[in-house]
Amino acid sequence: MTITRRQTLIMAVGAAVATALPFGAFASVEDHITEFTGGAELGNEGLTLTAPTIAENGNTVPIEVDAPGAVSIMVLATGNPTPAAGTFNFGKLAGSQMASTRIRLAQTQDVMAIAKMSDGSFVQATQEVKVTIGGCGG
Amino acid sequence: MISRRDFLQASMAASAILGTSGFGQWGRLAAQQALSQDQLLEFDTFGNVSLIHVTDIHAQMKPIYFREPSVNLGVGVNRGEVPHITGADFRRLYGIEDGSPSHYALSSGDFSALAQAYGKMGGLDRVATVVNAIRADRPDAILLDGGDTWHGSLTCYETQGQDMVNVMNLLKPDAMTFHWEFTLGSDRVREIVEGLPFAAMGQNIFDAEWDEPSEDFKPYQMFERGGVQVAVIGQAFPYMPIANPGWMFPEYSFGIRDENMQQMVDEVRAAGAELVVCLSHNGLDVDKKMAGNVTGIDVILSGHTHDALPEPVLVGDTIIVASGSNGKFVSRVDLDVRDGQMMGFRHKLIPIFSDVITPDTEAAAAIEAERAPFKARLEEVIGRTDDTSLLYRRGNFNGTWDDLICNALLDQREAQIALSPGVRWGPSILPDSDITREDIWNVTSMTYGKAYRTEMTGETLKTVMEDVADNLFNPDPYYQQGGDMVRVGGIGYRIDITRPIGERISELTLLATGEPLDPATAYVVAGWASVNQETEGPQIWDVVEDYIAAQGTVSVPPNSSVVVTE
Repeated sequence: MTITRRQTLIMAVGAAVATALPFGAFASVEDHITEFTGGAELGNEGLTLTAPTIAENGNTVPIEVDAPGAVSIMVLATGNPTPAAGTFNFGKLAGSQMASTRIRLAQTQDVMAIAKMSDGSFVQATQEVKVTIGGCGG
Repeated sequence: MISRRDFLQASMAASAILGTSGFGQWGRLAAQQALSQDQLLEFDTFGNVSLIHVTDIHAQMKPIYFREPSVNLGVGVNRGEVPHITGADFRRLYGIEDGSPSHYALSSGDFSALAQAYGKMGGLDRVATVVNAIRADRPDAILLDGGDTWHGSLTCYETQGQDMVNVMNLLKPDAMTFHWEFTLGSDRVREIVEGLPFAAMGQNIFDAEWDEPSEDFKPYQMFERGGVQVAVIGQAFPYMPIANPGWMFPEYSFGIRDENMQQMVDEVRAAGAELVVCLSHNGLDVDKKMAGNVTGIDVILSGHTHDALPEPVLVGDTIIVASGSNGKFVSRVDLDVRDGQMMGFRHKLIPIFSDVITPDTEAAAAIEAERAPFKARLEEVIGRTDDTSLLYRRGNFNGTWDDLICNALLDQREAQIALSPGVRWGPSILPDSDITREDIWNVTSMTYGKAYRTEMTGETLKTVMEDVADNLFNPDPYYQQGGDMVRVGGIGYRIDITRPIGERISELTLLATGEPLDPATAYVVAGWASVNQETEGPQIWDVVEDYIAAQGTVSVPPNSSVVVTE
């Protein structure tokens, strides 16, 4: 369930390449998805992404992904300058395919998770997390 | 589950009060002769369980004037729905006669004239009388405090909430939930909560570090009343660290937490609860949505958005009761619970007309004792209103109190633009009346009230205003924090509340020159109630006091600098 050093480097390279591309952040999200899925179609069932609707603190936003039967789950903060938040790999002996962590969100954006299932199919879940300046409650 | 007949028994305060018209010509005595304490308290005791709800008192121990909003717009599914109906439309909806006591208590319009006739409302000594009378009918009635109790006055600020704790304890509440209380700082909140003789609740108060339910607050409390197992689940204000300074209570995380609420409902049902009550500080639109998401809640006692509704709102099998603010109302809900089911209810929003309801002597003495050390400071007259200026706060975009505060900031802090928070607390001051130091504190008192002076570009200002507008007009209630739009001085703007974030605010104009705000130019901005920790400046109540003292008599003409598109 940890991110390997190799993957961290790949993500860093991906991000570096993406920022150099002329078509900006959205394309880099697409690049990450393509790299992870090989362009496979994404289903919508079988992956639960839990994230707050409004972040209490954008610097540390608790998220959880849960996809029974997954071998790998990638999390993307689609509106961050570096969208790759992490990829969780599950070995054969993993008791459950669930992980929780905290991520930093630069602004209001969609958080996206994509799970690679053991049969080679892919499913996704997306939730918008609002990062607000804050203000005045009644 | 609830029969039509039982619904009809939900009685309006309006029907219990003589609705004779004739405001304007009535002398105060004549108006009050038409009202009696017996009429206000009249209630045919029903079923086997009684709930008493008070909420959002904001430390108003003494009777006050409080004008309800004339502008309270709803968006999305709540457009044109309760509580987003105001003034004459509100009165038509509930069959309230113009000029009647209910008109004055529950809606805007002719406020200054009606206030002369009907007098101040609220006062915790009057609330005590009403609570005691209900307990005389039903000795084991459950009294529930929806929070925003330990905030909002000079004495509350100076005693760090102790004055309100002492007086409320005389009323013997059974449970309470929270919002502004946390702005006392988490150490002080824990200190008070440890000594409370009743349950301090919030199923959505979590430990921020571990994201687990906080051990400092109970999620719920079970009561056995009238042979019925009653569960009361607490729901604190969900947006605490966003709407108020999170650095004051860093150990806690909040949120709505529907799933945990459902778990708590299932847990109390499994433990034998026959009636499930949620004591909520969500705000009414959020409560309506939550009632649709969570199954098994019979009654939501709703606070935060300060709505006073003469009838419950029904969502599926859940009834939602909204009990107003600032001590103006007490809700009584009688329930018939049989075989583990709510079979029917009877409800009354009791308006606390302070000249009609006799103060409870013990509570009155306790209130005076709390005020005594501060009496001279409280009562000092700082200035007056002129004969056309009613000072009030409620409204989505502006209120005359806030216009006055913005003028004080522009003048005293030598700024081009003023910003004032869109809070919903703070009593009103009638035309041609003294303004005391207490009155100024009632609309400004808070633990982060320093008046900053800074520079912001036109672009930053627009971003801030778009952000606040989205907290108010996001079509999804779960993104609404329940305050009103930030008040502005020195600038005007147009707002289309139906647009998404980033597209609502347009035509930002510097009023002094009539020129559009330049996105790249920096302007001098004064404001208060910043959620940032390192804010510097004089306290806002001192700024406002200095301004009013210099003016002598204040005049606040109607504000026409905000143009609204629905």
